[in-house]
Order: sequence, then structure tokens, then C-alpha cells
Amino acid sequence: MKSPCYHCGLPVPAGSNHSVVIEGVPRSMCCPGCEAVASAIVSGGLDGFYRYREKQSDRPEQNQPQDRWSAYDLPEVQQLFVHDWDGGRQMAALLIGGITCAACVWLIEKHLGQLAGIEKVSVNASTQRAQIVFDPEQIQPSALFEALEQIGYRPAPATAANRESVIQSEHRAALRRLGVAGLGTMQVMMFAIALYFGAGSGDVGEFERYFRWVSLLVATPVVFYAARPFFSAALRSLRTRHLSMDVPVSLAIGLAYGASFYATVFGTGEVYFESISMFTFFLLLGRTVEMRARHRAGLASGGLAQLLPMTAARYDGTEVAHVPVAALAAGDRILLRPGDTIPADGEVLEGESGVDESLLSGESALQQKTVGSPVYAGSVNGDSSLTVRVTAAGKSTRLSAIERLVERAQLEKPAQVALADRVAGIFVGVVLVAALSAFAVWWQLDPSRAFWVALSVLVVTCPCALSLATPAALASATLRLQELGLLVAGGSLLETLPRISRVVFDKTGTLTRGEPRILHIDLLRDGWTEQKVKDVAAALESQTHHPLARAFRAWRGNLTASQLKVHTGRGLEGQIEGNRYRLGRADFVIMQSITAPQGEGQWLLLADEVGAIAWIALGDKLRDSAAQAVEQLGQMGLSVELLSGDQSAEVKRLAAQAGIECFRAGASPEDKLSHMKQRQDAGEKVLMVGDGLNDVPVLSGADASVAMMSAADLAQSRADAILLNGDLRVLAQSVALARKCRRVVRQNLAWALGYNVIALPLAVCGLVPPWAAAIGMSLSSLVVVINALRLSRAAPSTEDTTRVEPNIRPRLAD
Amino acid sequence: MDSLYFLIPIAVVFVALAIKVFFWAVNNGQYDDLETEGRRILFEDDLQASSTKTEEKE
Repeated sequence: MKSPCYHCGLPVPAGSNHSVVIEGVPRSMCCPGCEAVASAIVSGGLDGFYRYREKQSDRPEQNQPQDRWSAYDLPEVQQLFVHDWDGGRQMAALLIGGITCAACVWLIEKHLGQLAGIEKVSVNASTQRAQIVFDPEQIQPSALFEALEQIGYRPAPATAANRESVIQSEHRAALRRLGVAGLGTMQVMMFAIALYFGAGSGDVGEFERYFRWVSLLVATPVVFYAARPFFSAALRSLRTRHLSMDVPVSLAIGLAYGASFYATVFGTGEVYFESISMFTFFLLLGRTVEMRARHRAGLASGGLAQLLPMTAARYDGTEVAHVPVAALAAGDRILLRPGDTIPADGEVLEGESGVDESLLSGESALQQKTVGSPVYAGSVNGDSSLTVRVTAAGKSTRLSAIERLVERAQLEKPAQVALADRVAGIFVGVVLVAALSAFAVWWQLDPSRAFWVALSVLVVTCPCALSLATPAALASATLRLQELGLLVAGGSLLETLPRISRVVFDKTGTLTRGEPRILHIDLLRDGWTEQKVKDVAAALESQTHHPLARAFRAWRGNLTASQLKVHTGRGLEGQIEGNRYRLGRADFVIMQSITAPQGEGQWLLLADEVGAIAWIALGDKLRDSAAQAVEQLGQMGLSVELLSGDQSAEVKRLAAQAGIECFRAGASPEDKLSHMKQRQDAGEKVLMVGDGLNDVPVLSGADASVAMMSAADLAQSRADAILLNGDLRVLAQSVALARKCRRVVRQNLAWALGYNVIALPLAVCGLVPPWAAAIGMSLSSLVVVINALRLSRAAPSTEDTTRVEPNIRPRLAD
Repeated sequence: MDSLYFLIPIAVVFVALAIKVFFWAVNNGQYDDLETEGRRILFEDDLQASSTKTEEKE
């Protein structure tokens, strides 16, 4: 087998002859797009990029119109993402798709830095944002976009900068609080050690008094600045009349601080400054980790609005102008070329074409549009040009309606949090009752000790370990899963994953790559080779944007066709080297019926004026990791099933190839859902893995769901997790990790509850000295945090340790 | 022991300074992207070596 494409890592189709000399060695490329990008990188003297990168680059898009960036030079568009900078310069904020590792940052900064007029480039790999300072006299924003596209990235103006800046300021605030709590804790602990030595003596000496005052000084910002989020959250939850974990947390911090303050000022009783600080620090740490995971999940699944093109070709009767999509209004006429994404809802005025509406309806076959048919924003024009009158743009399109639906779905509170809150409610009640009764009883026995006993009950039972038990384990497991390539979006996934008994896969795009490939060629005429058939077919397909045309991409450019004509839904014809060829459905190509050979895939016929030349079978290919993943899941005791909407022969072949015994073909979205409901009624817990919009109902209905990275956005937003790298083996690893996480959560809860059960009666009896209460509380949370951290270092795989990193091969070649 | 009255406030002042520096760093975006910045230095050094090498070759 040939080595994979050096740029994007995808397999190089046989017969492809694209290559680029990188660092003195010719490297094969899978397509003209990768070739162009790699040449641009090398000619800029930046081939070091290939040595530093840790992941393969994305495959660049091809056949984009040349002038599509010019609209960004219009002043009214620029004001959305370009701001004034010092000294007459301007700063553009861009969102850059395709950044995979730190080497990309280096490449972008170097490549843009070579252009005249660019002052400063700074790229953030984790948010995929770039800030570019440039001199508007020397360079226009469109040139920035063009330069980024040249090296294989997908730039877009960062117009949603508001949301981004909210995330950034939230993140910074969390870090500041964490810093204050951390440094404060270190300092207070030092004083506390000194205090521990004098604590047993009873009388408050001069030094002890001094140390207390210093501790108070250091702990005060920790309580009033770092711990403020807990107080405001507790207030919020009290206002909505339910007890959340924040209530006892703030009660413990607040009362312990108040009592310590009192003790310091009047020189009586005990101080708890170090416990307060340490507790605050641990809790903040857990929440910061959680918040970061949440933000990253939000960044990965961008808005639906990004599916729309950025500019449209408006036609005002005499000339065509490229305008920003935001400038479109109802009544405008726009021109759509084949392959264009439709920017607004509208009605066809001229032309006839097949339109891919799979995004909206889940139907993957092209929809025929003639004069008068409605078209919708977000769908893709298939094979010929259309003139469309806009009926609705922007917020009133159908796409926006779906987007609003998705946003509402995201606001729903995950079940996990609700459960933790219920547990907390009971726990808080018990602790408050215990503290109050201890106070009442001691008031009778010894009024001078009553307050201190009640306080030590609150401090000792302080719910730190309990409130950290679940979130710490979840945060650490979530981070680990992200390292493995599974982005967890729904909080309940880790809770349901260990209980799963059945995994259901969708076929196209999930088990398979979702890209058509040539499976087989049947030659019908002597003197023709497979290579020539591919070249001719590629030349005929070179101008169309039909999904099937992608199968021929690798052979494009070997021959050129003229007078190309697309017959929607039937086939293509064109002139190559003086001969007329047709490619497509048999009845169209040779005007008579002829039976296609047996075998899997979709059969196309190639013919010239004399007669049939060859049959070409196109089909999808299984992902490399599929068979292994199915085997691993089976070993873990899970049943695996394939549910597909496609016809049976193809499904059967793929199921056999992947090693799945249980499969079902020809299932509509409703069938899929009812099939799953049946399984669930039989007591099974189902994990659904899918990618299409037609999977959305099943994804929402399943106990747990995973969407592929390439999935439609709606599918991603309805799934509990997104599989980032397309490696299905991660699923088995995730289930194993989730099982381990469940064990850790149980250990943590058992520890926290056990600790409280022992400590509470002791404290109520007045047997716990304050230093012991402080140490006990800190230790109990430390144990929980350390136990949870074991998850983030958990071994990546179930048993299999031979994980093949796709990028190892090219790097070894260096 | 009396020196403690003098030394501990100094320690506290140092902590306050450390927090001030930390705030400055956070507000200036030093912690926004921890992945890239740690590696940047590696790229820079190797790049100059390799680009002069390629220039020589050409």
C-alpha cells in the first residue's frame, strides 16, 4: 500500500500522481488541494512545519471561487471584525478552522509575517482565534483571508467576539480567584503550623495573638474575593427555595470565618483560617477544571450560522456584485453556482438543479428544484446554476429556527447536577439539624462551649469532601476522555456509560468514512484500462459538486473535458479528445436498458457514441478502526448492532466486514427510534453512535449518545459527546474509563460519608479539638481529590496497548 | 523571636506582590493559551537553523 498523504494523512488513491518535495524528499499527496497547500508552505521556506506538527493537517477544500474574500474589504463588513489599533493600524479578529496543534500556530504566524504590511500576528491554538495587526494602507483584509486559505486553513471573521470575551473574562476571573486562594492558603498554613503548637495550651499568648491577626489579614481576601462565587450561588439557590451544595459550603466558610474573626478580636476560642482557605482553594480548583471542559465543548461545536457562506452573488439586472450575506434582504436576486451553499431562503427564478438538503431534512438524495421551487438557507446547490429570489434572510430563515431549537436544548440542565443537588439538600438538612441540636444541648450543659461545639460540628462535617467527591472525579475523567479524543458535552454521559449494554451504530459517516470511493471497475470493451476509465470519468466529473464526484478527485487533471453538460439526476456528458462520453445511469448513457453486474455499491455506466465502455461501482469504505472497535466492545460484554437507512446488500456487506452480527437495513428515523424503544423496554441501556440529522431523534432518545466530529451540528448538539478523531476504538476506552470513574465516585462518596458519620458524633459530644477538626476536614478533601486524579492518568486503552498513531510514519521518515 | 514582628509583615507584603504580579499576568493574557507558548521556543530555534540550511542548498 502507498504511504498516506503527507499533508492530511488520508490514503492516497492508486493512480494519483500528486507530490511535493519537502525537505529534499518527494512526498505523495492525495489531491490537488493538499498539493497546492504543501507547495505554498514549502515555497515560503516553512517546511519545518511538517517536522514540528503533532497531528495531520485537515484536507483543504477545493474549487472555491477566486474572488470570494473581496466582500471583506467593504467598510460595512469590516466594522464587524476589524478594530482600530495604535498608530493608524488596524487589528482584525479571525476565527481559524483547521488548527490541530502548536505547529499550526507557528506556520500561520510565519506565513502571515512574510506579507508586507502585517505588524503582528498572535494565534491562540486552544480557542482557534487570531489577532492580526496590519497597516490598512499596505494590505487589505481579503489578502489575510487569501493567505490563510493558501496554507490550508479556513478563516472566518470572528464576529461572535462577545461570547468569546465573556468566556475569556470568566476564565481569567477563575484563575485570579484560584491564585488568591492558593497563595493565601500557603501563607495561612505556615502561620497555622505555628498556631498548632500553642493551640493546646488554652491561654492565648502574645505570639499566638499576633499570628492570629496575621492569619486574619491573609484569610480575609480569600473569603471575600476568592470564595465570593459560593456565597452568590448560595444566595441564588436560597432565593429559588432549595438547598444546593453551595449553601452548607458558604455557611461553613461564613460561620468559621465569623467565629475566627470573633476569636481573634476578643482573644477567646479557636481560629479556622487555614481550613477555610484550603477548602476554598480545593473547591475552586474543581470548579475551574469543570468550567474549562465546558468552555472547550462549547467552542468545538460552533454555531449553525457558520454553515452559511459569508458572501453572496447579488444580481441587480445588469451586473453581479459580491456582497456580504448580512446585506441580503427579501426581494434580492442572487446567483448560485454549482456547489454554492445557499445563503438565504428563496424561490427559484431560473434554472433547474438538484439541491442537497440533507442538513435540513436528513434526506441524502438531491432534491430536484425547478422554477418556482423553494430553496432553503444552508442547503447546497448540486449540479447547475440557479437564479434565486430571496424570500427570507438572516434571522427569519428556516436554518435560524433550527438554531434556536438547538440553543434551547443546550439550556436544559443535565440530570447529573440535579441529582447532586438532591443529595446535597438532604445532607445540608441533616448537618444543620445536628449543629442546632448540639448547640441546644450544650447550652443546657455548658453555655460557654455551646457556640464552639456547634461550630466544630459545622466545620468537621463541612461538606467539602462530599461536594468534591463527584465533581472532582467527573472533571478528571472528562479531561482524560478529551485527551483520548472524546469531547464530553452532556454531564450525564459518564454516569450512564457504565450501565450501557448495547451499542448501536449508524452506517454512513459513522462506521464508514462517509466518502464515496471506487470499489470496482468492470471493463466492457477491449483496449481500455482501469486507469483510462478513471481519467475519463474524473474529467467528466471535474466541474460538478455532486457528492459522488469526490470519488474521482484523485485522477482529476489527467485529461480535460470540454462542453460539459449536467443532466440532473441522470448523468453527465462531455467531449474528451474528440470523443463524446456519457457517464451515469444506464438508461441515460446508452438509451437502452442493460443490467448492472451483481455486487455491492452504486453502479455507474461509462459510454461513448459507439457503446458501453465500463461499469464503475462506487461505495463507502469502512473506517479503519471499526472492526477493532466492534471486537473490543464485544469483549467488554456489550452487544453491537448496526442500524441503517440504506438498502440491504450494502449494509450486509459492511456489517460482515466490521464483524457485526446484528444489523437492520432500510430503517427510517421513526423505525430507528421505535427499534431503540423496543430494546429499552426489554431492559437494555443503549449507546447510539451517529452523525446525520436523521439520527437526531435516536441520539436524543438513546440513554447515551456520541456524534462524530463530521456530524451535522444539530446532531452534535443533541449528543452527549463528540468523537473528535473518528477513531471508534475510543468508545471502548471511554466505557472502560467511565466504569473506573463510577468506582472512584463510589469510593469518594463512601469515604466522605464514612468520615462524616464518625466525625459528627464526636464533634457533637465536644470531643474534637479545633485543630483536629481543621486537619480532618482538609485531609478528607485531599483524599478525595487525589483519588479523583488517578482517573486523569488512567491507562488509555482497555487491554490493547498497540495504538497506532497516524502521524508516526511520516515523522519516522524524517 | 522579636524579629518575627518585623519579618512576617515582610512575608505578607511579598505575598501581596506575588498576587499583584499574578493578576497582571492573567489580565495580560499570559494564561490564555498554555499549549502553544510552551513550545514556541522550540520552533523558533530549529526554524532558523533549517531555513539557513535550505537557503544554502538552493
